[in-house]
Amino acid sequence: MLTVILLVLAVGFVLFAIGAYNRLVSLRNQVANAWKQIDVQLKRRHDLIPNLINTVKGAMNFERETLEAVVAARNQAIAVAKTGDVAATGAAEAHLTGALSRLLAVVEAYPDLKATGNVAQLQEELTATENKIGFSRQLYNDTATQYNTAQQTFPTMLFAGMAGATPASLWEITDELERAVPQVDLTLGPTTTK
Amino acid sequence: MSAAVAELRRETGAGRNLFAQQEANRKASRRLVAGFVLFLAWLGFGGDFIWYLASRDGATGTGVHIFPGVGILLTAIAGAMTWFAFRFGPVSLIKGTGAREIETPSTENEQRLVNVVEEMAIAAGTRKPHIWLVPEAAPNAFATGIEAENAHIAVTEGLLETCNREELQAVVAHEMGHIVNLDVKLMTLLTALVGAVAVVHNSAFRVMRFGSGGRGRSRSNNKGSGAGGVLVIVLLVVWIISWLIAPLVTRYMAMKVGRSREFLADAMSAQFTRNPAALAEALTKIGASTVKPTAIPKSSAQLCIADPFHSAWDERKGKFADLMATHPPLSDRVGRLREMAYQGAAAGEILHNPLIMSEA
Repeated sequence: MLTVILLVLAVGFVLFAIGAYNRLVSLRNQVANAWKQIDVQLKRRHDLIPNLINTVKGAMNFERETLEAVVAARNQAIAVAKTGDVAATGAAEAHLTGALSRLLAVVEAYPDLKATGNVAQLQEELTATENKIGFSRQLYNDTATQYNTAQQTFPTMLFAGMAGATPASLWEITDELERAVPQVDLTLGPTTTK
Repeated sequence: MSAAVAELRRETGAGRNLFAQQEANRKASRRLVAGFVLFLAWLGFGGDFIWYLASRDGATGTGVHIFPGVGILLTAIAGAMTWFAFRFGPVSLIKGTGAREIETPSTENEQRLVNVVEEMAIAAGTRKPHIWLVPEAAPNAFATGIEAENAHIAVTEGLLETCNREELQAVVAHEMGHIVNLDVKLMTLLTALVGAVAVVHNSAFRVMRFGSGGRGRSRSNNKGSGAGGVLVIVLLVVWIISWLIAPLVTRYMAMKVGRSREFLADAMSAQFTRNPAALAEALTKIGASTVKPTAIPKSSAQLCIADPFHSAWDERKGKFADLMATHPPLSDRVGRLREMAYQGAAAGEILHNPLIMSEA
């Protein structure tokens, strides 16, 4: 009888260990995948910007500086991405986000401008692009938090070493520029629209 | 607040943050599904067990009943109906509404919808579902598809007109919540099981009405073989009563699971958008719409984000509403979303005063 009980306990323990191990490995892969998704979305943003800028160039002539800042930030981000430096890429992308949110703020500040079809489209595409990047980061942080929690809570923590699990770092805002709310100067109204 | 409402709130985790609500909802539906399966097992294999006990005592006058034929028959009927529902249900349902799939968006509204769905697929970490536009003025949305990788989201034209971007996003996120939780699979399964029970119930009672004359007497001659016989009779009575009420009980349980999945999808929407207030706004707008739906069939009301027919049951609580309502009361859902948004309203109340809402 005792052997049977011990055997049942042992089998139960092994099954549990397999489950915990697999859960940790699956979470680790999900974290890696979520991280890659951020890259995919950043790449998509790089590809999208030239087209967007071209379609509104005419209507937004008076905001040439804002547009040029976006293009410059985009080119900078692509250049930095090629070097593979994670910290520098983060800073460059944050800079691009800042430039884009200023552009979005400008578009929203001039209701006349929104009447132009291309600009309304630009606004929608910009919002969607920024949202996609934001949501892919949110997914990464959620998945990483799940992974970290599994590593730190009993009983899955017992198998963290075996599964080679190490805490994943969360994505956070490092650039003060991005944390700041974009400012729009409204003293100069659009005088040259259309 | 009545005891029943307090119970519902406790079960589904009202008054807590979104992750706690999700966890509580998952637990509630696991318990309900387990109860459902146990009840079905009792209806099928329970009958075999009683038959076995009776035949062992020699009460049936035949050989000992060992092969659990009743249970296997019920399982086979349920399995066949489930397979059929899985195979043909989801897509025919969308086609039935006259919906059109959006592959390349042609208008601004369609572009916005496609973008919002793509955003929410990213937030949910799943593949982008097929997007359908239903020619329907009543604002509503539903999701269907048995697998998360091959899912469909359908949105009515009325919803695109009624909701702003954030509200549309919240509604799509609710549907995405159903998709990643595999709710369509679960509810299709439960509906098929309810159907199987109803089919067996109806045909069994039709047969019984025909043959009740002679058999009742012959059975009474054989009964009363001591304590074992009493047990068998008690079990048999309970089993027959179970079958009498089975269609009601299974429907009640399926509806209850469905409502707890709605709360869960609301909490998933809050997780994906981090903007529960937007879903609260959208639900309020959908609830306030007086447009009668024409394209969405009544039978698919349970798939929609809110009952498109505004059936009276959905706004009531109590035993009868438990049997009929496909969705929890809108006011209850809105109240909980406001709690997640830290807008300080107690569940079950909608605060229309913007001053009160902004306090929290």
